Amino acid sequence: MMDPAFAEQAITLVILLLLAAVTVGIVRVRGLFAAVVLLGAYSFLMATLFVVLDAVDVAMTEASVGAGISTVLFLGALYLTDTKEATGKARELAPLAVAAITAAVLIWGMSDLPEFGSADQPIHAKGADYLARSLPDTGIPNVVTSVLASYRGFDTLGETTVVFTAGIGVLVLLRRRSGQGKS
Amino acid sequence: MRRDLVLRVASKFILPPIMLFALYVQFHGDYGPGGGFQAGVIAAAAIILYGLVNGLARAQKMVPQALLEVLMPSGVLIYAAVGVAGLMTGENYLGYDHLAHDAVHGQEWGVFLVEAGVFLTVFSSMIAIFYAFAGRRRS
Repeated sequence: MMDPAFAEQAITLVILLLLAAVTVGIVRVRGLFAAVVLLGAYSFLMATLFVVLDAVDVAMTEASVGAGISTVLFLGALYLTDTKEATGKARELAPLAVAAITAAVLIWGMSDLPEFGSADQPIHAKGADYLARSLPDTGIPNVVTSVLASYRGFDTLGETTVVFTAGIGVLVLLRRRSGQGKS
Repeated sequence: MRRDLVLRVASKFILPPIMLFALYVQFHGDYGPGGGFQAGVIAAAAIILYGLVNGLARAQKMVPQALLEVLMPSGVLIYAAVGVAGLMTGENYLGYDHLAHDAVHGQEWGVFLVEAGVFLTVFSSMIAIFYAFAGRRRS
């Protein structure tokens, strides 16, 4: 029997390597259909990673939104435009510099993060004790749901409003365009 | 795609389990992973799959655009109304403790109604965005 902690690390490592490979594929591939399918694969790998990290709710969201709906919307956009990536005029150095600097800043910022999974972070010592409070307060065993809908209900109201606004925004934009086309 | 027999038959078999799974995710969100947002996306995905296989017109016959435009704001309104109900019963805005005879039941009612609001808005917004994209002609 393999040590569970080792197995988890091995799985995480494999998924991260696959993520890197898929990312390189998305950047290199010229056909946009392939890029969209690879984006879906990326989302599914991400969802698997979230399951390994015990964030099942996030994994479900990632799989349904990232791999499901957004793939369909990308395909819809491809149908309206073109399925081949336009070839750039020249390989510019400026984008490379921007990407390199951003990556360097991110890696530098990462060095300040607490060690992964360490129990003595401030958030565990001083955070609200939802894990213990959820069941007696709300009768809801899934703490994610009780935090989302009850303890942090106001944030979720804002989130719902954001989804609503996005939907209305797309409707208004696309409908006005097609109305102009008719007249 | 519209005449592809395999896709049409396969989607007919797949659609009911997807809808059922969406309901499960919605109502079992208190005990397992999921909730209104995930259930809304999954249910919307079922309608979108139907639209992809059978054509936009048939999907719009099942879930009309006008219905979506009613559902989108009503989800947010349900959510906000639960908050006002909390105020009326002498709690804070979005405080559920006094919605039922004791605090735990009140919390369960509040979470249930709020998740229903999230479901309606997410479900209808996702489908509306899909309709908006799929309804455009190639320029």
